[in-house]
Amino acid sequence: MQLVTGNRLRDGVPVYFIEGGRWSPALDDASLVDDSKADSLLAEALGGPKPLPVVAPILIEATRQNGHIEGLSLRERIRAQGPTTGPMTHQRLVIPGAS
Amino acid sequence: MYRYDDFDHRFIDERVAQYRDQVRRRLAGQLSEDEFRPLRLMNGLYLQLHAYMLRVAIPYGVLSSNQLRKLAQIGRRFDRGYGHFTTRQNIQFHWIKLEETPDILAELASVEMHAIQTSGNSFRNTTTDPFAGAAADEIEDPRTYAEIIRQWSTLHPEFSFLPRKFKIAISAATEDRAAVKMHDLGLYLRRNEAGEIGFEVMVGGGLGRTPLLSHTINPFVPRRHLFSYLEAVLRVYNQYGRRDNLYKSRIKILVQSLGPKKFAEEVEAEWNASDREAVALPDTYVREIAAAFAPPNYDRSPTDEGAITRDAAGNSGFARWLKHNIATHKVPDHAIVTISLKPIGETPGDCTSDQMDLIAALADELGHGEIRVTYEQNLVLPHVRRDRLFTLWQKLDAAGLGSSNIGLISDIICCPGMDYCSLATARSIPVAQDLSRHLAAREEAIGNFSIKISGCINACGHHHLGNIGILGVDKNGEEVYQITLGGDAGNDAAIGAILGPAVKSGEVTASIDKLIDVYLDRREGSERFPETYRRIGAKPFKDALYAPR
Repeated sequence: MQLVTGNRLRDGVPVYFIEGGRWSPALDDASLVDDSKADSLLAEALGGPKPLPVVAPILIEATRQNGHIEGLSLRERIRAQGPTTGPMTHQRLVIPGAS
Repeated sequence: MYRYDDFDHRFIDERVAQYRDQVRRRLAGQLSEDEFRPLRLMNGLYLQLHAYMLRVAIPYGVLSSNQLRKLAQIGRRFDRGYGHFTTRQNIQFHWIKLEETPDILAELASVEMHAIQTSGNSFRNTTTDPFAGAAADEIEDPRTYAEIIRQWSTLHPEFSFLPRKFKIAISAATEDRAAVKMHDLGLYLRRNEAGEIGFEVMVGGGLGRTPLLSHTINPFVPRRHLFSYLEAVLRVYNQYGRRDNLYKSRIKILVQSLGPKKFAEEVEAEWNASDREAVALPDTYVREIAAAFAPPNYDRSPTDEGAITRDAAGNSGFARWLKHNIATHKVPDHAIVTISLKPIGETPGDCTSDQMDLIAALADELGHGEIRVTYEQNLVLPHVRRDRLFTLWQKLDAAGLGSSNIGLISDIICCPGMDYCSLATARSIPVAQDLSRHLAAREEAIGNFSIKISGCINACGHHHLGNIGILGVDKNGEEVYQITLGGDAGNDAAIGAILGPAVKSGEVTASIDKLIDVYLDRREGSERFPETYRRIGAKPFKDALYAPR
């Protein structure tokens, strides 16, 4: 399954496309579609009202688990949840089994 | 330090105004991202994973206390209360909003700073010895020449469309503390038999996908002809450098493909054909710039060394800090202090706004208001009286800045990696944090040692130059880490060799532990790791790391 994400133009925050031309910083709000519908979703995202409030929208692979959407790649999980690096950023994404 | 003249102020203010209008037009939809991207990059603004990142230029790593306070203020007001010092002696802010960037650049301009040429195919920040002007082993203060090169290379019209970015480093000391040989162009200040100042010019160094050390193409270019010689090098690069392939576009690839001898001949021919006198460096200009770096007004009263000894005897933390973080100053009774930004388990190079404010205040109180940034991601107070060292250490230590690990294994160079960077293929900061936590207990026994970590092949963490280098890569969606051994920066610069198959992320620390065990077991006397590695070869390390379990 896939969804559309980009960074919000005015502040760079990662945002996710919701059907109807809206974008949300919450990954769980994203429209998650089957691979067969992914290109259509991207086209809808790119075709939204101009100026597009998002930079470089792309499709990424994701899954829904326990009611929550999660990006398949570590990069996307870090984008969604923040750095894994500790107190300076006041965010910490724990990667089981990693250094 | 160098102060802006009226032209500089006007230029920077105009640039901020231009950029403010560009941002306004972008937010209003009058500029597309394709149109705006080169404009923001020209002002140091990148888009990364979580936000925009602003890379601020710190020319040759020199900061005044007022500038550091301004960086602290920017971190507090526009970021998350901290900044990240980089291997180019610059600072990055990782949580920046596009709509606030014009105000940030205006704030920077108010203290004679900017973010120009911290991105793109331009001359990047010219780096130099962080001990410049204070080092006991320097011929002359290299900041004079770094500033002269900065002025020459800023928006140079002939070289504003280079095949790729171009990095220059300069050292004027016996010990190379600027990793000069890994630069596109490196300069060692030399004095000839007649006592004249000139430069040994080295070309073709660089890390990244194709790590190479530079080659000397001219052992002595007279100071007067510095510009004409640099222009000859750049013209050859501009003419023959590859523009068709990003991965072959750096000058190192051109030097490698032509061969250093042929490249030197091309430069010599270009130089001979040029009008050297038209761009000769006048002595008056050199003196004028040098005056900006006049030594501070040192207090030359004698130090009570007995008091320092007593303070050290009564405080093991201070004694250790004296041993590792203090370097010899050219003026008696003074010391060069390196402030470690590598507290155990923290992010290398990060500094909170509160810490920056404290360091600025300490620089004013104890260090003539000067601060330097090292390419090893630490800060330096270059002029501190020895009898104020204990006071300084106590204040630093109370703020989490008293780490005594300069040159030790926990003094790790590390890029931001995939926690922030959109180019990264793996994380690097958590690897550094885990390694420093794990190795701290025995770093005194290990002694001088460098670990350098990059989160992608672009090598911002200089992994090729680490005694142990670690490169994070993505392998089928999993972070794995390639290990190189035997790298070194400075006078004995060497590119590390890949040891073998990459290790999984959860195995990095244990793997490095095994390699350290081999070193400690096999080293002779005070042998540094690269020497041991060259003597015994890779096999004992491979055997330890890849032995069947």
